[in-house]
Amino acid sequence: MTGRQLITDAQNTWCPGCGNFSIQHTLKNVLSDMEKEGKSLDDVVLVTGIGCHAKMADYLNINTFYTLHGRTIPVATGIKLGNPRLTVICCSGDGDSYAEGLDHLIFAAKRNIDITVIIHNNRVYGLTTGQYTPTSPLGFKGKSTPSGTAEYPFNPIELMLASGATYVARGYSKKMDLLKKLVGEGIAHKGFSFIDVLQICATFFPAADYYTPRVYELSDHDRTSFEAACMKAKEWDYNSDAGIALGTFYTRSLPTFDDKTGMHKEKTPDRTQALRDFLSTKL
Amino acid sequence: MKDISVLIGGKAGDGINIAGALVAQLLNKIGYSIYMYFDYPSLIRGGHNFAIIRGSEQNTGTCWNTVDFILALNSETIERHRERCSPETAIIFNADQVKSAGQGVKVNAILSETNAPPIMGNSAVIGGFAKAAGIEWDVVVAVFNAHIPKGVDLNLKVAKHAYDQLETVHAVSKGSQPPRALITGNEAIGLGMLRGGLDAYVSYPMTPSSTLLHFLAEQQERFGITVVHPENEIAVILMALGFAYAGKRAAVGTSGGGFCLMTEGLSLAGMAELPLVLVVSQRTGPSTGLPTYTAQSDLRFVNHAGQGEFPRLIVAPGDAEEALFWSEIAMNIAGKFQIPAFILSDKTLSEGTYSASPGRLQETQREDPTVWSGTPPYLRYADTPSGISPPAYPGMKDAVVKVNSYMHDEAGITSEEAALVNQMTRKRLRKWDVLSGEMLAYPGVMVSGNPDASMALLCWGSTKGVCNEIALLLGLKVIQLIVLSPFPVIQVKKAITGVKKLVVIEENATGQLASLAEQHGIIPDHRILRYDGRPFPPEDLMARLKEVIL
Repeated sequence: MTGRQLITDAQNTWCPGCGNFSIQHTLKNVLSDMEKEGKSLDDVVLVTGIGCHAKMADYLNINTFYTLHGRTIPVATGIKLGNPRLTVICCSGDGDSYAEGLDHLIFAAKRNIDITVIIHNNRVYGLTTGQYTPTSPLGFKGKSTPSGTAEYPFNPIELMLASGATYVARGYSKKMDLLKKLVGEGIAHKGFSFIDVLQICATFFPAADYYTPRVYELSDHDRTSFEAACMKAKEWDYNSDAGIALGTFYTRSLPTFDDKTGMHKEKTPDRTQALRDFLSTKL
Repeated sequence: MKDISVLIGGKAGDGINIAGALVAQLLNKIGYSIYMYFDYPSLIRGGHNFAIIRGSEQNTGTCWNTVDFILALNSETIERHRERCSPETAIIFNADQVKSAGQGVKVNAILSETNAPPIMGNSAVIGGFAKAAGIEWDVVVAVFNAHIPKGVDLNLKVAKHAYDQLETVHAVSKGSQPPRALITGNEAIGLGMLRGGLDAYVSYPMTPSSTLLHFLAEQQERFGITVVHPENEIAVILMALGFAYAGKRAAVGTSGGGFCLMTEGLSLAGMAELPLVLVVSQRTGPSTGLPTYTAQSDLRFVNHAGQGEFPRLIVAPGDAEEALFWSEIAMNIAGKFQIPAFILSDKTLSEGTYSASPGRLQETQREDPTVWSGTPPYLRYADTPSGISPPAYPGMKDAVVKVNSYMHDEAGITSEEAALVNQMTRKRLRKWDVLSGEMLAYPGVMVSGNPDASMALLCWGSTKGVCNEIALLLGLKVIQLIVLSPFPVIQVKKAITGVKKLVVIEENATGQLASLAEQHGIIPDHRILRYDGRPFPPEDLMARLKEVIL
């Protein structure tokens, strides 16, 4: 399908001012560029979890698998292994992949499966109307923690570096040009790509006034240096007051899980003969 | 003697399972149908392991308590299994470890004479057994050559020393069966799934399903499949659904505890209408329970697992041949109806070894559903008279394949509109009706024994073996349910025609099949239940049935 209408007729129910709109437009632009470069969008799959971010599956007119809370990554892994020709992108939330499905995120990085994971990190549960997430700052007053959380947030950039991710980046929903560049790079990167997107939740965590003066784009940064990446990752810990680096922290080329384990061969050996051969060893 | 039972016992780590498999092959080669039961505690070293190898003229799936031979690698074997001895039982023992009546094999002396490593000690005991049972030396040579991967000549030398030292005390006459492949229940399930077009197997280790994972992983090159062992059972089922979405035939395997973690994925398969085969091999629960012992206590769980209502197939094969046959059917039904299909096994079946005829291998083949015509727009959930929507897969030209865990419209877009919810719910459930009709063409309820008996045994799964054997002795009828969902009510009602007394035999504490049958208006008169993790020995079932008959 060429020149396809990329947005479906489904009614959009994100709040006005929601950072998800920026991510949606970013994806639309990246897909549109891919198509212009001759890539068939028939070969692209978007996998989403459950949460506000996940409505992306209804809104984009491409192959989608609208999965369960926290479970984008194992589904995406199965799709990529089942058909390694496909470009597989996950949109996932911070509640999704940092809480419910954290194990899958770490293992995807460890395996270096060639998928791109975009975390819509609004640092609050939106769809369930405002509870803290693993990246909410200490003392966050949500509906389940009315007197403030008693736990520090994760630093997902550090976590992904430690887990072996081969492309690690951070974007911001109010910096769309950079976001498009990062998503494009993430998709082009052969291996596990992780992009944490600081996304504004207009209703439950409108943090633009906090982020906008603090964010800056990484420059003079050696993205091939793991040590440099770790240093930059520690600068802002999702809790204390510091400059917030945006851009690509780290990238590295390694063999992928799907190269080794994926179903590249369309033809399988003659099953009946193989079964007979096997049974003859059991006589 | 046309029915022979051999017990071999030792401590964990002694290679009892491998030694048992060699004994089984000796009996296979001299014309017996084989069943081997392997009993081991949940540990790596130490503890008592034993295997009972039964050779008989007819296919069997059960072991009597009393045995004809005991091969004792340690003295605990003699102590623990004393009650299995009859005056005729021949005892062969490792003379370095055991003092007993019977014939001792001087294992250490033989090993040092032949300059063989300690690992070959079991070959001496097997050689001694062959002689004691009057099995010709050529048979031992053939079996060792076929089944010992390394150092055959030295193993044979060790065995021959023992063979020459012992006397034939209990000559086993030749049986009439041609030698057949000996496979475990798990191997049979794997082979059946391969027949049904398995592309990918995803599993996290859990006894007693793990040997299926090991088997398929080891054989993945031969069969051209992908085998993945991910981080946990949640990932297992979701990865498998990813394979299914990509158009590959996928299966998962686990036991009850792992299946607990899979239930959200199961419900997703129901809603997303993705084909998936789930092998659930039962062990004694609740919770960690007895990891290496058997049970039939997850029928209710598997039948009801997952939120919401959606169709599912459950088949419970009773032996390796049925496992081979039905696992293929499960793959094909899952693919055609785009539903989850369960192969419900248990430790007895999964880890038991059986003679399997390859005859079934010609009969059926992978059946693929009719795929989408290719004319856009593609509707993943097109509402058809059968409820089955033609599948398309990502990568197919012009197909926008939208799969959704939310309530959705025909295109797969989320919708909460009431009329649509009704329509799509009915669409999904219509597949259940169509499936129920289609299953009538399959032998999902097996009737055996005395067809005119007024008393019938109702059973499912691996207890088929013991029920058939006792029914033959007592002149009873046996009704074995292989298909458990959709419940084959028409076939069961036909099978119980003329039956005055219906006795349910199950390895659980509450009578789960009995309850399921009652829901369908079939009221059993008695429940004979066993739930200590050990399969019913025929003696036990016989005694308890006699109480019911009186």
